Amino acid sequence: MEETIRFSLNGKKTEIKIDPTQTLLWVLRNQLGLTGTKYGCGMGFCGACTVLLNKEPVRSCMLPVGDVAGKELITIEGLGTKEKLHPVQKAFVDHDALQCGYCTPGMIMTATGLLLKKPSPTRQEIIEGMEDNLCRCGAHIRIIDAIQTAADEMKGGKP
Amino acid sequence: MRKVIIDKKMESSGNRRRVMIPRRDFFKYLGGGIVVLVAGCKTKPAEEARGQERRSVPKDFNAFVHVSEDGTVTCFTGKIEMGQGPITALRQEMADEMDVPFENVKMVMGDTDLCPWDDGTWGSTSVREYGQAMRQAAAEARSILFILASERLKVPVDQLEVTKGVIFVKNNPDKKASYAQLTEGKKIKRQVTGNPAMKGASDFKIITKPFKRTDSLEKVTGEAKYAGDFKMPGMLHARILRPPSYRAKLVSADTSEAEKIKGIQVVRDNDFIAVLHENRDMADAAIVKVKAEFSSDEMKVNDKTVYDHYFKSGTKGAVVNKSGDISEGRKSAHMVIESEFHHAYVAHATIETHAAFAVKDGDRIKIWVSAQTPFLTQETIAAQLNMPLDKIHVIVPYVGGGFGGKGDNPQAVEAARITMLTGKPVMVEYTREEEFLYDTTRPAALIKLASGIDKSGRITFWDYNAYYCGDRGADTIYNVPHQLTTVYEELENEPPVHPFATGPWRAPGNSNNTFAREMQMTLMASKAGIDQLDFRLKNLADEKMIAVLKAAAGKFGYKPEKPHSGRGFGIACGTDVDTWVALFAEVKVDKSTGRVQVVRVACAQDMGLCVNPQGSTLQMEGCITMGLGYSLTEEIRFEGGKKLNTNYDTYELPRFSWVPAIETVILNHPEQPPHGGGEPAVIAMGGAIAAGIYDATGAVLYDMPMTPAKVLEALKKV
Repeated sequence: MEETIRFSLNGKKTEIKIDPTQTLLWVLRNQLGLTGTKYGCGMGFCGACTVLLNKEPVRSCMLPVGDVAGKELITIEGLGTKEKLHPVQKAFVDHDALQCGYCTPGMIMTATGLLLKKPSPTRQEIIEGMEDNLCRCGAHIRIIDAIQTAADEMKGGKP
Repeated sequence: MRKVIIDKKMESSGNRRRVMIPRRDFFKYLGGGIVVLVAGCKTKPAEEARGQERRSVPKDFNAFVHVSEDGTVTCFTGKIEMGQGPITALRQEMADEMDVPFENVKMVMGDTDLCPWDDGTWGSTSVREYGQAMRQAAAEARSILFILASERLKVPVDQLEVTKGVIFVKNNPDKKASYAQLTEGKKIKRQVTGNPAMKGASDFKIITKPFKRTDSLEKVTGEAKYAGDFKMPGMLHARILRPPSYRAKLVSADTSEAEKIKGIQVVRDNDFIAVLHENRDMADAAIVKVKAEFSSDEMKVNDKTVYDHYFKSGTKGAVVNKSGDISEGRKSAHMVIESEFHHAYVAHATIETHAAFAVKDGDRIKIWVSAQTPFLTQETIAAQLNMPLDKIHVIVPYVGGGFGGKGDNPQAVEAARITMLTGKPVMVEYTREEEFLYDTTRPAALIKLASGIDKSGRITFWDYNAYYCGDRGADTIYNVPHQLTTVYEELENEPPVHPFATGPWRAPGNSNNTFAREMQMTLMASKAGIDQLDFRLKNLADEKMIAVLKAAAGKFGYKPEKPHSGRGFGIACGTDVDTWVALFAEVKVDKSTGRVQVVRVACAQDMGLCVNPQGSTLQMEGCITMGLGYSLTEEIRFEGGKKLNTNYDTYELPRFSWVPAIETVILNHPEQPPHGGGEPAVIAMGGAIAAGIYDATGAVLYDMPMTPAKVLEALKKV
């Protein structure tokens, strides 16, 4: 049964008529045209589909779209643009913290969620926070370094 | 109008079937300028030979460079970008050879209408083979520009120089002409003659300099497009009825329940059944409602019995290397060590699953595919759908990891087939479960190895038998007077050995062979009472191998010690894609749980000319990190043709907490040709980790992955 779902999507008031049991990931990708959020495993194991819901990283492949009603949803497209990158995006570029790039949006969203909660994470806290995001190309050490750099940047200076 | 000074007619290449824009249309597509075509690719004899088997027309232009009227240089290549970074390295090579700023080079990759034929992006060939051919084409283009400049400036060519796309008179730099000025209004075609020389090492300005990835801006913003990201009004998502195991055949199917879902369309073409819906969730819901019965005649083998099965199947080995006399070598041995190494089947498990999006484009099909092989995919679609090759247009956008798994693209044939049947744009995107079950896997390995040492610690013989994992990396590499290498492979007209489809996996076979060889070295060093590095150096004649071992040892801070030092240090070295690699690892073993943590790794690589040290470093780090997986956890479990791993919960990839500190050294030789960089470092992880476990605990691991259970088992035998 279709319902009207209202939520904030990347800072914009959004209203869609849709069956609320539909998977958020596919709604984002197919109905809303936001293909930066990736399908990886469909079971929440890899993190490629991570988005921020009320600033919390969530797996969009496991979430019915009805659950975003009244909430604030941010996808990789809403984080920054090529012209004005978010500090986490910029740090990934600066550190070459990616190869094929397919897990990258999910990595960046998870890292952003982590930094919102812990603005000054230790290296160990970064590792723990990123542990359930999978990267097959092996960009891990650069991703950790990038997140450390972004944390410093977001505090407005080097510690 | 300016006279066109070079208009050498391109020769017909005979009975070509290859699709390319018709030659007269080059300039229609490109605008005016200079096009340089490379006839045949002289650096790729093996590729050509393979091409001949597969295609009736192997001798065709296979590379070109275009200098446009605005001075932009475009590199067209059938190679694709799946993370290994040719998009950056090839651009560096083109910019340097053409003497234009890096920013002025445009890359067009993996489009069968626009790019020259290519056999596929694998084997670390983008720079070492294609790059060389492309540089030659660029050198040719540059020489044409010099001739044009000479005519325009009325100065002999030898008095001209070029910088940043502007040719000027050496002693009068104000007298100049830019590439844009020189090509304006021109339509010049020329085949590569091979005469203008490529730049030598002393002339490199961009090659050998570290360049960061050029694709990262698109990738961090989510703008980068992968095959699954394309869409079109009216498109349908397809889910396909698939057999539960490899040899299962469809007996009957009832789609009536699925058809009750609103908006579902069912396509049936003999045994091929697909459910389509504009909404992916609905297609997912429909496919599970198809009631199907399959017959099955699977091989009686599983992940435990496969090694015995391999051994029994291996009756006809091929000797690939023989020197001296093994029985002589055995006689002169003071000690003989016999080992049997196992390594499980492993998955590519790229985070992007196989995907394809097909649309009808007039009487053609246009299809975006997550493929390492745009042209092979085009051929396969044409053959399977019985369509002319030139009616299939394959475009490969960014690929979300390949590692050999995206050479085969059955999903592209499926998408094209459904599009032909329905006339609708169709997306086929494998689920993770489909990816595990229907992607090819790297073959398991059984390696039986006997070797001996004399009293001084020199290897006297080496009798090496590799079963069904391939012979890449099976070279002895050490200085051994009596050696024999026998390789067993699946043979035509013999029963199949593998219970499901196998295929190449990053450095195919080499990780298995290097693991076996290097662990055997570690065991022999121990028997001889000699440090594992000293033992290798004592038995090596290959100076490049010695150099990379010493470089890695230096980076690692390795000091020779008696074997089984307790430090947890392990070493492995080898060659892959003409590159020499040595890797030192420090591991910690939790003796109560059997869990192994790799603490740090130092790796040195001699890859001849290293075009992009930054990109190559990324590849070394990636290989090292990926190597943790096949070494420690990754294993396809199966019963006959039914694989039991269906998602990442039962197939464990390396995680952040596993990753060691990594240090890398590249021994750059700009005066030499480039060798491969995408794969070499992956080969050495298994052997180095096994040697590290042995050094730490005395436990000998003969089986990969070295899971906690296997480590505990091995510890019991210490």
